Amino acid sequence: MLYREVGQFKTSYQSDEAIFPIAQDRWFVIALILFAFLGVPLFAGQYLYTELLIPVLILSIAAIGLNILTGYCGQLSLGSGGFMAVGAYAAYNLALRLPQTNIVLVFLFAGLMAMLVGLLFGLPSLRIKGFYLAVATLAAQFFLEWAFARVKWFTNYAPSGSVAVGRIELFGFPIDTPGKTYIFVLAFTVVLALAAKNLVRGRIGRMWMAIRDMDIAAEIIGIRPLHAKLSAFAVSSFYIGVAGALWGFLRLGSWEPLAFDVNRSFQVLFMIIIGGLGTILGSFLGAAFIVLVPIFLNQLPSRLGVPLSTAAISNIEFMLFGATIIFFLIVEPRGLARLWAIAKEKLRLWPFPY
Amino acid sequence: MLGPVIETLIGGLLTGVLYALVALGFVLIFKASGVFNFAQGAMVLFAALSLARLSEFMPLLLALALSIAIMIALAYAIELLVLRHLINQEGIILFMATLGIAYFLEGFGQALWGSDIYKIDLGLPTNPIFLFETVFPGGILVDPAELIAAIICAVLVLVLALFFQFTRMGRALRAVADDHQAAQSVGIPLGQIWFMVWAVAGLVALVAGMMWGTKLGVQFSLSLVALKALPVLILGGFTSIPGAIVGGLIIGAGEKLAEVLLAPVLIRTFDLAGGGIENWFAYVLALLFLLVRPQGLFGERIIERV
Repeated sequence: MLYREVGQFKTSYQSDEAIFPIAQDRWFVIALILFAFLGVPLFAGQYLYTELLIPVLILSIAAIGLNILTGYCGQLSLGSGGFMAVGAYAAYNLALRLPQTNIVLVFLFAGLMAMLVGLLFGLPSLRIKGFYLAVATLAAQFFLEWAFARVKWFTNYAPSGSVAVGRIELFGFPIDTPGKTYIFVLAFTVVLALAAKNLVRGRIGRMWMAIRDMDIAAEIIGIRPLHAKLSAFAVSSFYIGVAGALWGFLRLGSWEPLAFDVNRSFQVLFMIIIGGLGTILGSFLGAAFIVLVPIFLNQLPSRLGVPLSTAAISNIEFMLFGATIIFFLIVEPRGLARLWAIAKEKLRLWPFPY
Repeated sequence: MLGPVIETLIGGLLTGVLYALVALGFVLIFKASGVFNFAQGAMVLFAALSLARLSEFMPLLLALALSIAIMIALAYAIELLVLRHLINQEGIILFMATLGIAYFLEGFGQALWGSDIYKIDLGLPTNPIFLFETVFPGGILVDPAELIAAIICAVLVLVLALFFQFTRMGRALRAVADDHQAAQSVGIPLGQIWFMVWAVAGLVALVAGMMWGTKLGVQFSLSLVALKALPVLILGGFTSIPGAIVGGLIIGAGEKLAEVLLAPVLIRTFDLAGGGIENWFAYVLALLFLLVRPQGLFGERIIERV
């Protein structure tokens, strides 16, 4: 009864093209964002911040990035981990070599560097398609991982090969508690997510989707594949690079290239598949799901009072994770976002069955 | 100088054959069901683990027979529990499903068989053979186990290539790869076909696991070998069985030579903390190849229509 658009007339082109055309959606999103900024800090503790909220938000940005490339433009990529590493190390080097730089600029620079690298590795996509491209992007993953492990300049000649960031402050305010970090990451996420939502609604987004649905047909109606594919690679890598920098600076604090290995790429890919390809909402749902499942699986045996060794737990975690993924693919191949859409459709008709 | 280079080359070629063995499993499944099977590496690990642990308390041949049975049962379970429910889904969904299978098998294998390093003793000769001692000083060192692996691999490839080309079943498999729905509607039993293909891929995984297991010991890192098989695969083309072999040889030889010849140069020029370019060289090589031939060396020509 509450969720119904009856009586909401679109009287101008502007309202027709609104980002959330249904008033209830609009209010819900505004309320959610306000709650995230103002409500959550009232009750959240350190564990909730560092183990749940911050990882989910940062990985959501990465998932949005990959979703732009894979979900919207149809170019399957397994190199997200590598591009995250580019972001993290670019941010580290800028912060190290120009310590006065504003931290927001550092993260944007990270995104830009990842974008350049992404463009370079996106070039083969003009010729290679489908799974061939997926394997080709693995070249980016392994090459970048190797480069950050071996080229000493990137890690500032650290003998252990791991790097650590110092104090992070924004306009003189230190970002040192989990609460502040959360607000900072949240601001980044909201801005980037809204930007992505608008991008995919516009001309560029339609171009990407046309390429995804059938690239030759798109080419024939006048969409330049070069333009579309490379812009998708650029935007996607930018998001992933920013996510990588945030992950390194605000989640890890110190890291080695192993933090961005191929498993990270798979993790981000799982997020968008489980969340839903080609939806921004799905990126958030998928990220939340992938972060929550291991925590849940870790807690479960001890809560049930079953004593298990760590090795057994990690093995069971692997098994359950794999099984969950297969289960979700079978039940809803179009992801959690699709479930959400179905629920909304049901709500509109409620209480009538049709 | 020439002697060591040739020795590296031969070593690389033989390793390449082992890559090809893993790649072969990929090709089989891709060719016959259009599924990009990421779980092949996990299957290699699982097969090798079963064989290694079973052979600890029974004769090797019995363990081998049991492992074969296990791999066939596994194929049946995969068809029953996963693939049957995903008929006519998009390629990426099937690919993700195999990633799920890979995670599951890695966990399951280690939970069932343990996660230490195990040995497989096939009783192969281990003393290195020296060839051409008259031509080069010290001769050229060849590992006989790898030589035997190469022969086994060659035979497997020959049999499989003939099977795909000339039997009724092979034709049915190719039809399924083309279009699930169309194949089903002309009366090809999809379930049976998938079960069979996965069973054969499981057996190939067992052979690969045996060979890699004797070479490296059976351990978790075995499932990473599969990642090395991917560039082999795209180099040769996803759909080509001979391509897997040729790709394997090129990658194997290329990366060993690169490690010996190119890595020192890179280290000197860029002041690196060690080489290890083997990790990415295969991929970059394959990438460059693809720029010239997007369907791989022997892949079916990609014809695109609107």
